[in-house]
Amino acid sequence: MDLTPILFYAFSLTAIIAGVMVISLKNPVHSVLSLIVAFFAAAWLFIMLGAEFISMLLIIVYAGAVAVLFLFVIMMMDINFAALRQGFTRHLPIGVLVATLFFLELFVMLRLSNFAVKAIPLSNAPAPGTAGSNTMELGKILYTDYFLAFQVAGLVLLVAMIGAIVLTLRHKDGVRRQRIYGQVSRSVKDSVMVVKVESGRGI
Amino acid sequence: MQSFLEIGLVHYIVLSSLLFTIGICGIFINRKNVITLLLSIELMLLAVNINFVAFSAYLGNLTGQVFTMFVLTVAAAEAAIGLAILVVYFRNRGTIAVEDIHMMRG
Repeated sequence: MDLTPILFYAFSLTAIIAGVMVISLKNPVHSVLSLIVAFFAAAWLFIMLGAEFISMLLIIVYAGAVAVLFLFVIMMMDINFAALRQGFTRHLPIGVLVATLFFLELFVMLRLSNFAVKAIPLSNAPAPGTAGSNTMELGKILYTDYFLAFQVAGLVLLVAMIGAIVLTLRHKDGVRRQRIYGQVSRSVKDSVMVVKVESGRGI
Repeated sequence: MQSFLEIGLVHYIVLSSLLFTIGICGIFINRKNVITLLLSIELMLLAVNINFVAFSAYLGNLTGQVFTMFVLTVAAAEAAIGLAILVVYFRNRGTIAVEDIHMMRG
């Protein structure tokens, strides 16, 4: 028996329920944890599509780094989340209305579009990277065809890192820091004072 | 029944559009909480990634997966910068309510 449909429906249901929990739970910590569940479900779906590398990347980068960053920030700030919940029920009907309209639009476009009619099962589609493993094939085109984009992505991460450090770094008063230039360029003239002391008197 | 049991491209597209819609709904109903807004944006980016990877498998072309990596990069950078701005804002004002952000209004 083919397990693919059962697994697909199980993981997509998990992803959707976790997505609804992300936007509806009161405590943001629980929202972040639901987001991690959604990412894990999506990672499973990616494995089913034959994209193992992206799947592992999703778990490592998102569940491992971005979600933990969110958790750090939430726990670092002392926020009154009850006050932020005000207006939730007021905005709920219009939010659901807009979302439903948007989804219907997407659905109509899907029905009208060409590929929806002749959709073939993905298991019959040629698997990406049939020659080698998925990671190897990905590396082959990432470091050749998309090398410039790869470098620019690294630059984006560098700019983001510098920006985050510059934004959040603060200098406290009363902390004695090293002043390398001042310390190195000290001379005898401005640090040693020779005083003649008369006998019988202090300075 | 046949179309329910054979998982094709359309199934993945419907899933991704559902997740995207949930993200939009989250932006509408959590108007005050910036953290939940950022989480909704991450959810929408995940939906986009599912779309990219599904089309990549459908077409037998790895370009979609390469672009998924770039989307992941931009999402990570966006989360880092957004949270840094949030931390600075919280230090200055003591709250993260979106409605209080009008200091730059002319």
